Amino acid sequence: MFPAQFEYHRPGSIDEALALLGEYGDDAKLLAGGHSLIPSMKLRLLEPKHLIDLGNIASLKGVRVEGDTVAVGALTTHYGVESSPEAKGALPLLCEVAGQIADPQVRNRGTMGGSLANADPAADWPATALALDAEFICKSDAGERKVPASEWFQGLFTTALEEGEILCGLRFGKLPERTAATYLKLQHPASRFAVVGVSAAVTTDSAGKCVQARIGITGVGTHAARAAKTERLLEGRVLDPANIAAAAALADEGFDAGSDMHFSESDRRELCRAYVERALLGVLERANAGQFQP
Amino acid sequence: MKNKVSITVNGVERSAEVEPRMLLVHFLREELHLTGTHVGCDTTQCGACTVRMNEQAVKSCTVFAVQADGANVTTVEGLAGGDGLHPIQEAFREHHGLQCGFCTPGMMMAASQLLDRYPEPTLEQIKHQLDGNICRCTGYHNIIKAVQSAAEKIKARKQAQGAR
Repeated sequence: MFPAQFEYHRPGSIDEALALLGEYGDDAKLLAGGHSLIPSMKLRLLEPKHLIDLGNIASLKGVRVEGDTVAVGALTTHYGVESSPEAKGALPLLCEVAGQIADPQVRNRGTMGGSLANADPAADWPATALALDAEFICKSDAGERKVPASEWFQGLFTTALEEGEILCGLRFGKLPERTAATYLKLQHPASRFAVVGVSAAVTTDSAGKCVQARIGITGVGTHAARAAKTERLLEGRVLDPANIAAAAALADEGFDAGSDMHFSESDRRELCRAYVERALLGVLERANAGQFQP
Repeated sequence: MKNKVSITVNGVERSAEVEPRMLLVHFLREELHLTGTHVGCDTTQCGACTVRMNEQAVKSCTVFAVQADGANVTTVEGLAGGDGLHPIQEAFREHHGLQCGFCTPGMMMAASQLLDRYPEPTLEQIKHQLDGNICRCTGYHNIIKAVQSAAEKIKARKQAQGAR
């Protein structure tokens, strides 16, 4: 399969990339790891006239711990996160998620920023960006803009990224003490995308009461979102199997789940509730074992 | 419009003028006539086109040749790095880690990254790290045996080198 013809640009800095984006506007696409964009171009679903490859911009790559914050450059590959000692030390959930994305070859090329900017409804990172309340750092000629995860995902492949902006990085703040977290995914056996992906970060006090619950769900609706009702039901209650079951029963509410060739809407909703319950039971097990995120 | 690319393939620098839309796998097969790298699904799933690019295993059907400009690429033809067979190739032969052979080059290139990252891999690690390679003959049993054997061979070779 051959994409349509395009002109290729490889800027060496963010400013250069912004200038190219300004020059070519809608005729241009930004290329990160290319593992959604290139397949789309091969199928001619997309035919950009200009491709601006961000792969040469070193400042967009890497995981850094800056005080209480973990900063991930948008062009950091999934494997770059999976294998990052900084991420492992400061926020191991990120490594756990990264290692479950697609396959090793795809993880070597696909990037966190590319995935989040593309906002595929079945991608893995969106659930975790929501559960960890990540901050999205966007740059444009006008300067820098920060968007909270809760405002990022707006629809099918639609985000808060504005025209002329580049998503440059993600910032993950320190989690409250005694926060246990997990990512649980039912992966499609062929594509390895998430049929349902649940990222849960739950803070409990020493008596086992849930102080804060953040649950991001991918794969179910047209875009990833938090399981707001489940979170509200858990907060203030003891994190135990009975409360988890009651809360998980509400997990699919608010999602515009649809049917596709793989799953009917009701199956998808049931899987959503089941995976939220299992994810929360996994979090409980970790909390009981004292395995908290640092 | 064509772009000049210069890619070091199996240790030799190769330059060409290519259309930006040319995929790395086509650069390897059609420009350089290195046909060991196969095109299977052409949709980033099967892994038959796996090569190492700057050490990292990549599916060359999903990388443009222009993106590989300046990179070091190793294909199955360069796996052994000289005369004779690489321990992975020996192990695939001995354990019959192939049936029709179509997936084999990609499987071996993925295995070479696997064994670099996990020199003493567990069964789970082998399965997880070969997730991106499909054998449509379903000959996975012997592929896994071959990878386990290759790990032993590489370890023995390193020990022998260390003893010298």
